[in-house]
Amino acid sequence: MIGVFFVLPVVAALAISLTDFDIYALADLSNLRVVGLRNYVELLERPLFWKALGNTFYFVAAGVPLSLGASLGAALLLNSKLARFQPFFRTALFAPVVTTVVAVAVIWRYLLGARYGFLNYALSSLGIAPIDWLGDPRFAMPAIILFAVWKNFGYNMIILLAGLQNIPNELYEAARIDGASAFARLRFVTLPMLAPMLSIVAILTIAGYFQLFAEPYVMTQGGPLQSTLSVLYLMYEEGFKYWNLGSASAVAFLLFLLIFAVTLLQTRAARGGFAR
Amino acid sequence: MTSAAGPPQGASSALAGGSEAVKRRAWGGIQLGLALAVVAGLLASCSPHASNVTTVRFWAMGREGEVVTALVPEFERAHPGVRVVVQQLPWTAAHEKLLTAFAGDSTPDIAQLGNTWIPEFVALGALSPLDARIAGSTVDPKDYFSGIWDTNVVGEHVYGVPWYVDTRLLFYRRDLLEAAGIRDVPASWTDWVKALAAIKARAAPDHYAILLPLNEVEPLLALALQQDDPLLRDGDRYGNFESQGFRRALAFYVDMFRRGFAPPMTASQMSNVWTEFGRGTFAFYISGPWNIGEFERRLPAELQNTWATAPLPGPSGPGASIAGGSSLVVFHESQVKDAAWQLVEYLSRPDIQLRFREMTGDLPPRRSAWRDPALANDVHARAFRDQLERVKPAPKVPEWERIADEMRNVAERAARGQWTVDEAVRELDVRTDRILEKRRWLLARASRD
Repeated sequence: MIGVFFVLPVVAALAISLTDFDIYALADLSNLRVVGLRNYVELLERPLFWKALGNTFYFVAAGVPLSLGASLGAALLLNSKLARFQPFFRTALFAPVVTTVVAVAVIWRYLLGARYGFLNYALSSLGIAPIDWLGDPRFAMPAIILFAVWKNFGYNMIILLAGLQNIPNELYEAARIDGASAFARLRFVTLPMLAPMLSIVAILTIAGYFQLFAEPYVMTQGGPLQSTLSVLYLMYEEGFKYWNLGSASAVAFLLFLLIFAVTLLQTRAARGGFAR
Repeated sequence: MTSAAGPPQGASSALAGGSEAVKRRAWGGIQLGLALAVVAGLLASCSPHASNVTTVRFWAMGREGEVVTALVPEFERAHPGVRVVVQQLPWTAAHEKLLTAFAGDSTPDIAQLGNTWIPEFVALGALSPLDARIAGSTVDPKDYFSGIWDTNVVGEHVYGVPWYVDTRLLFYRRDLLEAAGIRDVPASWTDWVKALAAIKARAAPDHYAILLPLNEVEPLLALALQQDDPLLRDGDRYGNFESQGFRRALAFYVDMFRRGFAPPMTASQMSNVWTEFGRGTFAFYISGPWNIGEFERRLPAELQNTWATAPLPGPSGPGASIAGGSSLVVFHESQVKDAAWQLVEYLSRPDIQLRFREMTGDLPPRRSAWRDPALANDVHARAFRDQLERVKPAPKVPEWERIADEMRNVAERAARGQWTVDEAVRELDVRTDRILEKRRWLLARASRD
């Protein structure tokens, strides 16, 4: 089963990435050339690929900490004994996860609108000049990050909330008897107990965020000035818009290697962390 | 995002035909699961038709796919024994679905195809040449606008018949032009620039003279097609963007942004193009025929007399624009090409095209259809009638969409002031030559053989 559903497609993708499969080859296989690593070389020479890679790293580097921070913060608040209407807030904060990205993107486009958008209205009351969120190459990615974090943090929040509820109350009581402050209890009880779950959530989130596609696809189509073009978006354009399956496979393979390497590093780091 | 097309009406009628069979089997004592019965019913519904009824599978996109079903019954009455099954595709997914269908040997018999896609499907060998069929039919090439007809000619053969046409020209606010002291709508670039400057000079700081959305390549492409230099050279083997002609077009385009006539914006940044046009945020807008209906519907009654359409100004006098639109094509793999062609002929009849126009707002490609008073007297359509005599196809290579995309990318950079015109055209040629590498290899190999 693993062979059919995992190994075979990966090997096939690798094989296609070594050819220049395009619509001419689709018409007649004799138009197919085996080009070796040329797809990869050309990709690495293309400024657009580096731009897409840079954009993706930007999105991961800024989005993942924000997303995890938001999830953890929300989970802690929901877990607090002082919080009221917990089921309501739990549902409300989880709602963005289960809504369709296309539908909420329409709403967000209004919120982010340059002229009549609510966000700019709120900023103007702080004396900040209106920002052209989706139209200015400097602000489009932050807007996408904001949108993605809002859309996704609820999922991790639920997982972390489950983790928090599993921490035995005795530990907190013991810490309190030892005179630990609220911050110290968070630092020395909650976080260490939550660490395994946090690292799993971090790995999943990073792997997910590297595959940025739907948000720019519905909000900006990769623009303005390709400032929100991600690696996966580039692959989509190459493969499904232009039918250059050869170079699209090369993009996919590079992205696969990248996510694989990052995840490997992370698990190493996490294992080292637990051994301590 | 690929929202599935609604249930095709043809298919649902096929189900209705098979429902008797479903009932009989379901009541037949054999305990079949519901799913099995439906499958059996479908199979049963196919078998009686297969013997004496020719089924034509027709793929059409978007709004056209919805309304064409209303034209089908009359065709079926006139051609007993032919049944048309219309399958609707959403525009956003149409291209990849057609390519996938080709890869899976399941192309339809007839389809609506954006005319810039025709070279690509000809390269695939997916389309059937229509020359012989056109020769003895009511489809008269001379009756069609020549630029539009030309988009269907690849090499020496005709592969499609234009269904409706699309081109870009000027929508403008007559009152804003008059307020700026411009009595006649500009016909040449020089007059156009004068008008733009006059409007911008008396406009509020966040108001502009023209809207050229940076996510659309068409305005620049139209300006480029007005030039004598072709966009590709040496048998479409290399980009020709460093030519004087394209430089002039790009410089003119970029200048509209540099001088503040046009805002450096994409269409999605304008929260609502029609409202902004009504507010007078811009006085000129380069757009296509679908916006006639949109402006009539969306602008308030008191503004209806203030907007108008005009042919696109050219470097000296009225200029060319893009030959866009959709064509009807017959697929090579089709087993029912005769019936498919009958449908093409039927949909190409001027009276049917006029009915189609009433339902969709799409403009007909035949001059004889335009003689109809309803169309000839339409104040907003008149400029299109004029423009359609001066339309030119984009280069007919399968790679064109990619090249057009790069054209849009470099133009956006130039418009935002990141690149000079010289840098932009040089880079565009480099990228185009890279895209056309495979084509050069194929042509070289063909000439060796």
